[in-house]
Amino acid sequence: METLNTEIHNYRNLLKHYIQIRDEQSLYGAEQLSKAFIKDNVPPEEIINLHIRAMAELYPDSPDHFQDSMNFLLEVMISYGIAHQEYRSLREEQSELKSEIAVAANMQDTLLTTTKPEVDGLDIGVVSVPAHQMSGDYYHFLKGEDDSLGIAVADVIGKGIPAALCMSMIKYSMDSLPEATMSPKTILKNLNRVVERNVDSSMFITMFYAQFLPYENKLWYASAGHEPGFHYDAATKTFEEIKAKGLVLGVTPDTDYREYERTIDKGDMVILLTDGVTECRQGDRFIETDEVLGVIKQYADLPAQEMVNKVYKHFERMQNFQLRDDFTLIVLRKEV
Amino acid sequence: MAPKFCVDIKQEWDIVKARQLGRDRAREIGFGTVDQARLATAISELARNIYLYADSGKICFEITDETDRKGICVISLDTGPGIQNISRVMEDGYSTSGGLGAGLPGVKRLVDQFDIQSEEEKGTEIRVIKWLR
Repeated sequence: METLNTEIHNYRNLLKHYIQIRDEQSLYGAEQLSKAFIKDNVPPEEIINLHIRAMAELYPDSPDHFQDSMNFLLEVMISYGIAHQEYRSLREEQSELKSEIAVAANMQDTLLTTTKPEVDGLDIGVVSVPAHQMSGDYYHFLKGEDDSLGIAVADVIGKGIPAALCMSMIKYSMDSLPEATMSPKTILKNLNRVVERNVDSSMFITMFYAQFLPYENKLWYASAGHEPGFHYDAATKTFEEIKAKGLVLGVTPDTDYREYERTIDKGDMVILLTDGVTECRQGDRFIETDEVLGVIKQYADLPAQEMVNKVYKHFERMQNFQLRDDFTLIVLRKEV
Repeated sequence: MAPKFCVDIKQEWDIVKARQLGRDRAREIGFGTVDQARLATAISELARNIYLYADSGKICFEITDETDRKGICVISLDTGPGIQNISRVMEDGYSTSGGLGAGLPGVKRLVDQFDIQSEEEKGTEIRVIKWLR
């Protein structure tokens, strides 16, 4: 209240000064005062009252119709005052929500964390960035006892918190599968059952699961409606789409997935991604797949991690640093 | 007990009567212009709720005179359908009439004390107090 009294005093003096010489200095003072009012949560009707009182002191003889008009104005401002208070409390609520989401996002990071494995002869690069605070993309590495490497990439159709909650479930289902012995098609079949039972029918999850057997130069894979990856052939320096058919997870309880096989030679790369990569937008235009591959090729000589970082930076910049969808890109390069 | 003034709310015009009566009482016991205007707006909201949602109801005024403070108490009584979920109507941004009305949260902000009781199919009683500053 102490500050408010000073403000009343300041207001009257400034107003008086302004009416006398109409200078910019006083108007600048009014701007400062206005900010102080906002900071102290002074509602608009109170400011008008302040004005009425200041005018009454400065010009005790001002005509009735002027005073009446000011009272009328004050009445009009009451609802604005309520709306302003409501806005303030909603803003406080919003910042509470934001910090809660930040905590949840941290938890998600901890829960879903997967370490990039060290595999002899294999150079791995991963980048996964959420569009909002929480990600609906998920990737996971599983190192089998037979030195095989399992790689899962999944995407929930949808973004934000619901997608993120869904992903935590996928993660725990995968953890509970008896990993080492499972083939890609069996893993997808199992996960499909979990998703079908537990997730709302309006929510779909796509997943690509690959198993790499380093000593056989073989990649086994299956897909549940996921964005196809690419195989970079080092000999011809060309990309080939890794096609795989399969229904998205959670549609029917008993889906069977087909398993595919591919030979990966020295220097070849396997590129796995989510549609946040292929559906990057420049303005209103979706980019073409060739553009993605072009950018990947541009950095193909770099170590895998540097490469995915550069590719991400390229598309981040192209989209004015505002991702529209979660972005996940994984590159495996066979070194020997 | 202090004398009680009531206005029956049947038509829109009665909202104006209630505002007028409330403002007069407030002025008499010494409320300033801003608080008179706030009280009138709160009365408007309460009376409009009766007019829109209840078959019949009234707005009453009591002067509350305590040893160390003086204020005006506005009571809104109706025999309407009652409010099912009070915590919901007290939420910001929730309004059945489309959002522009200040609603009950707005009323609560305009006064110093706010109390509501409601029974489904019986009606609602809201008591608010604004103290003289």
